Amino acid sequence: MTFLWAFVIGGLLCVLAQLTLDLFSLTPAHVLVLFVVLGALFGGVGLYGKLVDFAGAGATVPLPGFGYTLVTGIGEAVKTKGVLGLLTGGLAAAAGGIKSAVLFGLAVALIFKPKT
Amino acid sequence: MGVGRLSASSYRFDNVVIRSQAAVVGPKEGEGPLGKYFDRIWPSELNHHTSSEEAELALLTEAQNLALVKAGVEWSQVDLVMGGDLLDQLIATDFAARGHQRPLAGLFSACAVFTESVGLGAMIIAGGGPTVVLAAASSHHMSAERQFRYPIELGYQRTPTAAWTSTAAGACLLVEGRPVKEPDLIIESATFGRVIDWGTKNPNDMATAMAPAAFDTIKQHLRDVGRDISYYDQVYTGDLGVLGVKLLDAMARQEGLDWSSYLDDCGKSLYDTQRQDVHNGGSGPGCSASVFSGFLCRQLRSKEFRRVLLVSTGALFSPTSYKQGESIPAIAHAVAISRMN
Amino acid sequence: MAKVRKLSPEMKKYQNMAGRLRPGKPIVKNAVAAFFVGGLICSVGQGAQWFFMRHGMTPKEATSPTTVVMIGVGALLTGLGWYDRVVKVGGMGGSLPITGFSNAMVAPAMDSRTEGLVLGVGAKLFTVAGPVLTYGLAAAFVVGLLRYLITGVA
Repeated sequence: MTFLWAFVIGGLLCVLAQLTLDLFSLTPAHVLVLFVVLGALFGGVGLYGKLVDFAGAGATVPLPGFGYTLVTGIGEAVKTKGVLGLLTGGLAAAAGGIKSAVLFGLAVALIFKPKT
Repeated sequence: MGVGRLSASSYRFDNVVIRSQAAVVGPKEGEGPLGKYFDRIWPSELNHHTSSEEAELALLTEAQNLALVKAGVEWSQVDLVMGGDLLDQLIATDFAARGHQRPLAGLFSACAVFTESVGLGAMIIAGGGPTVVLAAASSHHMSAERQFRYPIELGYQRTPTAAWTSTAAGACLLVEGRPVKEPDLIIESATFGRVIDWGTKNPNDMATAMAPAAFDTIKQHLRDVGRDISYYDQVYTGDLGVLGVKLLDAMARQEGLDWSSYLDDCGKSLYDTQRQDVHNGGSGPGCSASVFSGFLCRQLRSKEFRRVLLVSTGALFSPTSYKQGESIPAIAHAVAISRMN
Repeated sequence: MAKVRKLSPEMKKYQNMAGRLRPGKPIVKNAVAAFFVGGLICSVGQGAQWFFMRHGMTPKEATSPTTVVMIGVGALLTGLGWYDRVVKVGGMGGSLPITGFSNAMVAPAMDSRTEGLVLGVGAKLFTVAGPVLTYGLAAAFVVGLLRYLITGVA
């Protein structure tokens, strides 16, 4: 069942982003920034967490899931470290993603050449 | 003197001919409907060069060399090279000149630079200046994407009004004198455009930005030479594409003019817009340069056409200006070319 | 620069006419494509997560390695020159998933290889992804701070 909900919820989030792009004539960069901010907002009020429990990767793989990861990371860090967690929690939670993106990015840029 | 002033915008010439021309294009342009008219078609976008900028330089150099070879003229006989491209600081045109070592007048008017070069070249030849001028323009799809849009491998959806920057270069050798032998084509007149900005802001819709400039220049040209549009077999705009030609036609209609059967566009002709996924059509300085040097010159020589007006169109924006919310100014320059009999 | 230029009635009339003649975006087709492409990518992600969960991780623990796998897939497909085609069809269905984020980092880095390893690859890696990181981090900080001030814990 989770597979179906991952497909449906993930797909619907993408449709929402596509409609934002097409109807408001924004650039893709503006839409991505908007959605990561929305993920952080809905994560902060606890709604995005419910979506993650329900749809699994359908909610964590799209970019709002990144905003959600940052906010929940901050929440947990504040519990253990206090106020300092506001600064350290976000990046710590997202470290795997960011660091792997940098490493993969470097590796691929060194190996492959752009085509058309 | 061989130059007559018709107005502040237009000049007529009676002693400038196009002796030879050459067009070299990329693989996508070669697969298009005009493929058979080009002198050379590259097998790949980069054609073994390491960067797209280097590839554009090579494409331009190849077109320039070929135009000279076809006329049997040596580089040392060329008085002045004129032309431009889209890259910052005109690096294709400038670096090509590092190779050929002839005097250079680098010009910029975005995709309108080919007719700017031919028009200015004709004017200074007719005015008694240089006698042999090589006018050329180039663009490369990948180098333009990198500079104006996004990295090559970055995924994004093109909008229906987006243009496809062509990988193409065209060069024409202009010489002083009356037409002497069969290949000579006559440059009759040129009209230099004003910068027109009617408030278009979307960088993915250059057709809407440029059509008013093309309209302004064509109207000015016809007024100055005192002719009706039917004087020309065909008026080719540079890269207005499918939408731009419709807009141009609609603007003419609003003034009670029926231009529809005389209008065509280089960017629209260069690709099969149904099949080749280029949306509005081709663009770039190399677009009108290659379509003129490849296709139109041959149509004139094969007597398909007696006389054409080439109106290259340029959108004069930069990646900075549109991010700052500026609208897109545009310009169009026209040259009238005819065959000798 | 004079940003706000007044449009004359003639220009407004022209812009209206252009609006009528301009081909519209295929909004429905784009949305449908985004749904299927985005849904498919998320299902692949769910597959990876399922794999890690079978090896004894909780769903929460599995999220991070899943992200790493998806970023790797996005980077590889970008390198092979396929990911731009995924986005061409799927639009935001290709851009919004984390594979699209990976594409946004790898593509400019690949492209700038000719400008050198430091000023090209190193500097351009974050040109497209940078805004997402900047505003994601800023938004998360603000949300976390507000929660901390209101509830006492974040």
